[in-house]
Amino acid sequence: MAELRVETVERAVEKGNWQRFRESDFFYSFKRSPVAIVSFAVVCILVLSAVFAPLIAPTNPFDPASLNLMNGFTPPMEPNAFTGESFFMGTDDQGRDVFSTILYGMRISLFVGAAAVLFAMTLGIVLGLVSGYFGGWTETIIMRIADVQLTFPSILVAMLIFGIAKGFTPVEYRDQMAIWVLILAIGLSDWVQFARVVRGATLVEKRKEYVAAARLIGRSPWAIMVKHILPNALSPVLVIATISLALAIIAEATLSFLGVGAPPTQPSLGTLIRIGQGFLFSGEWWILFFPACTLLALALSVNLLGDWLRDALNPRLR
Amino acid sequence: MTAYVTVKGLSRVFDVSKPWLNRVLERRGKAFLTAVSEVDLDIEERTTYALVGESGSGKSTIGRMLVGLLRPTGGEVEVEGVNLDRETDRAKVAKVRGDIQMIFQDPYASLNPRWRVRDIIVEPVAVKSGDTEGLAERLLEQVGLHAADAGKFPHEFSGGQRQRICIARALASEPRLIVCDEPTSALDVSVQAQVLNLMSDLKEEFGLTYLLITHDLTVVRHMADRIGVLYLGRLVEEADPTTLFETPKHPYTQMLLNAAPRIDGFGREVDPPQGEIPDPINPPPGCAFHPRCPIARDICRQERPRIRPLGATRVACHLAE
Amino acid sequence: MTGPVLSIRDLSVEIPTRAGVVKPVDGVSYDIGRGEILGVVGESGAGKSMAGNAVIGLLNPPAHISAGEIWLEGARIDPLQGEAMRRLRGKEIGMVFQDPLTSLNPLLKIGDQLTETILTHLPVSREEAERRAIAALDEVGIPGAAQRIDSYPHEFSGGMRQRVVIALALCAEPSLIIADEPTTALDVSVQAQIIALLRRLCRDRGTAVMLITHDMGVIAEAADRVAVMYAGRLAELGPVREVLTRPQHPYTDGLMASTPLASQARNRLHQIPGSMPRLTDLPDGCAFHPRCPLVQAQCRQNPHPNIGKGRAACWFPLIERAAE
Ligand SMILES: Nc1ncnc2c1ncn2[C@@H]1O[C@H](COP(=O)(O)OP(=O)(O)OP(=O)(O)O)[C@@H](O)[C@H]1O
Ligand SMILES: Nc1ncnc2c1ncn2[C@@H]1O[C@H](COP(=O)(O)OP(=O)(O)OP(=O)(O)O)[C@@H](O)[C@H]1O
Ligand code: SF4
Ligand SMILES: [Mg+2]
Ligand SMILES: [Mg+2]
Repeated sequence: MAELRVETVERAVEKGNWQRFRESDFFYSFKRSPVAIVSFAVVCILVLSAVFAPLIAPTNPFDPASLNLMNGFTPPMEPNAFTGESFFMGTDDQGRDVFSTILYGMRISLFVGAAAVLFAMTLGIVLGLVSGYFGGWTETIIMRIADVQLTFPSILVAMLIFGIAKGFTPVEYRDQMAIWVLILAIGLSDWVQFARVVRGATLVEKRKEYVAAARLIGRSPWAIMVKHILPNALSPVLVIATISLALAIIAEATLSFLGVGAPPTQPSLGTLIRIGQGFLFSGEWWILFFPACTLLALALSVNLLGDWLRDALNPRLR
Repeated sequence: MTAYVTVKGLSRVFDVSKPWLNRVLERRGKAFLTAVSEVDLDIEERTTYALVGESGSGKSTIGRMLVGLLRPTGGEVEVEGVNLDRETDRAKVAKVRGDIQMIFQDPYASLNPRWRVRDIIVEPVAVKSGDTEGLAERLLEQVGLHAADAGKFPHEFSGGQRQRICIARALASEPRLIVCDEPTSALDVSVQAQVLNLMSDLKEEFGLTYLLITHDLTVVRHMADRIGVLYLGRLVEEADPTTLFETPKHPYTQMLLNAAPRIDGFGREVDPPQGEIPDPINPPPGCAFHPRCPIARDICRQERPRIRPLGATRVACHLAE
Repeated sequence: MTGPVLSIRDLSVEIPTRAGVVKPVDGVSYDIGRGEILGVVGESGAGKSMAGNAVIGLLNPPAHISAGEIWLEGARIDPLQGEAMRRLRGKEIGMVFQDPLTSLNPLLKIGDQLTETILTHLPVSREEAERRAIAALDEVGIPGAAQRIDSYPHEFSGGMRQRVVIALALCAEPSLIIADEPTTALDVSVQAQIIALLRRLCRDRGTAVMLITHDMGVIAEAADRVAVMYAGRLAELGPVREVLTRPQHPYTDGLMASTPLASQARNRLHQIPGSMPRLTDLPDGCAFHPRCPLVQAQCRQNPHPNIGKGRAACWFPLIERAAE
């Protein structure tokens, strides 16, 4: 048997995951892309400041006790005429510090966006795997529903679902439930692309022989889908998830801006923009300007990151 | 010796119709493709049975039916005396299924790229919650790789090394029969020799039975104890290698042997064979080979020849002698 | 004209990659004469296709010719770019690839594809071009050529499509045909037909053919001379019968010994240990030395051997050893 031994280069050392990552093409292309680095940094800063908002924000805008109506309409970086307090980004009509409301608003925007994408992703992955793997009627039904849904603009679908769900929630819970309804609405309007991509990948992967090998040893369809096929279908899902996150944040802002989203008691960036636009023409520009910039920065950097990810994970472009 | 595998009248028909709406619009009926048609064969224990034939002759379909990836539409497969489709005792079927493994052609597609080699190799044992301690390392050494390779991912290996990993996975559940579907077709000659030698060694060591599927006649000559030649899903000739290569009886086998390039056939002028394999959806009536057969007569166009013994050979031809 | 149709001198192709510059073709030289079939064999990744693509200027960037010269009919063609190269490609050099579908436009009738090609490259009228298209199809053995010119590629079987591709490669009457694994995707019986066709065309028209394949049997039957490639370099170059029956390079020798024979069963196949190194970590000295049974210190220390006057790129070709 000795003569059969094959020399393999670099043996003995089993590489850890971190080391593998550091040596990967993926990390290499990240290091070489300024756009990716900058947008990744911006996303990190925004997400971290949203997560740690209670530590960073100078005031808690939702604590009525800390509010002073006298501080209303303070321009940025100028002392208030009555109280002499000054605010980095100014205050709104109720004297809330805009900077703090943005931090807290971003929390809600990000939470809704991420939860909606997670929901859409889970739903899309499951339906995509099932329709791709089993085919037949299951596939026909799922993909027809997907096709039909694609013909409507997703914001319309979200508004429809939001409206229906709102009709079913008792009035006293409406404000509490609004966030969850929002997540459901955005998530349901967004699962189609996940399902399509996962179905496509499943159709390719299920023909490969490692799947036949797994069937042969008696693995159940679920085990094959989840353990074998899914890991190989994840890279496009990751790309879509990132781009969807940007879209979901904007969708949430749009809904909130239209007044059908997050309630004023839990203002998201969209709600803040809606409130702010009322003051634009009376000269208090900062109430609109800063939330809008934050939304732009957040959505843009997430989107750029997603674009880069698509190129980096697409082997044909390398 | 006893027949380890007995295949009787095995057939497989695929429904290759267009979708319902297209059929209605184009006024076409359903279309069926007979990939395997009434194949009879026995595989003796501890031997290598080779199936040869050109592309689309139904080799892989037979292999897939044997391991249970496909269900036959007719006929039966008996392994260790257990009829895999009719046996009602599930434990018996599971036992026999566990004794059969498969090696595939494409060494790149047959290993899950996201799994470590260790997990790939022990999967057949792990699903039955068997003991996997040190198993992968032991098997890797057995197929000529290093124990330390267990922690790597498939992309770190060459094609030949991957095929060794596939063999290690097939060996993990201690099978008795391994169906090898073109195990070396994707490999270079020098690596093919390594893999074929390894397969021979393992056969001796573990008393394995092989069903070797390939289109490469030289590999067949080297490896097989018995050879079955397929044409359009039908078994047309079966013999031991020496008999088949030296005195082929069926006109198709003769044509195939003549057409295969030889490394010692310098400047050989062959009369290239006529025609191509017909459409399997509408196979010719009678003997499927008759449109290309140089000696065909009327009976060949009308009646399908049954496979019959002829000396040391079994042949399905009206005129062979 | 007497000289060779194609002459490649010290051709090198480089690809800059993350892990450094790799050379999939490194200092390769060979000639192909009129009416000659040169077989190019080697393992997958040996650089066979890369060398062929370099000749027709079809290297995918960032791969590029880094050194050497390519002469076609006495004219140097490696510096040609763009339009000049494109004209040359259809007119002087015909191409046949492994997958016939990639060479045919699925949306055009094959007759139109042939006629267009002829009109682009030859100064003839449309009627004459059509007549020649039918003649070309006839020549490659498509039955009922006059009727089939109105068919689309998908209406043909794999073997027939490959014939159409050959007709397409031939119709502008090139002096060189590069056939990259023309029969790998086809069945044995069809392969025999295609090889017989190539040989006949080569003999009747005096076309030079570069036949790239990894099948030693095809080389033995079809080629006049053979170039064995290993890791981007030529290992051995010579008349096919000589090289295959009395190989001088240990790699060719091992290759022949590890090929199973149809004429008799060998007990156990000879095997060359290991596999071809990746281009990114080629060993120093002779690229074959880690697998070579005859390796000496010299093989590891000296630079890669050249073929020079002999047949094999080896410090110890098998011929000398036999004589010692
Ligand atoms: N799932 C399927 N659906 C429809 N037709 C099929 C299917 N699988 C195989 N076939 C057809 O059955 C015939 C036999 O196929 P099979 O794969 O068994 O051939 P093979 O001898 O293994 O050929 P190859 O050498 O190309 O692997 C072919 O005509 C093929 O097109
Ligand atoms: N973009 C690239 N970057 C790095 N290496 C490359 C690239 N493209 C090709 N190569 C390498 O170039 C070498 C030559 O490839 P080529 O296609 O010429 O091989 P071949 O001899 O034709 O093999 P085959 O028989 O598989 O067709 C291969 O080893 C391949 O890995
Ligand atoms: S049965 Fe007739 S047609 Fe068929 S192979 Fe024999 S002689 Fe030829
Ligand atoms: Mg097959
Ligand atoms: Mg190639």
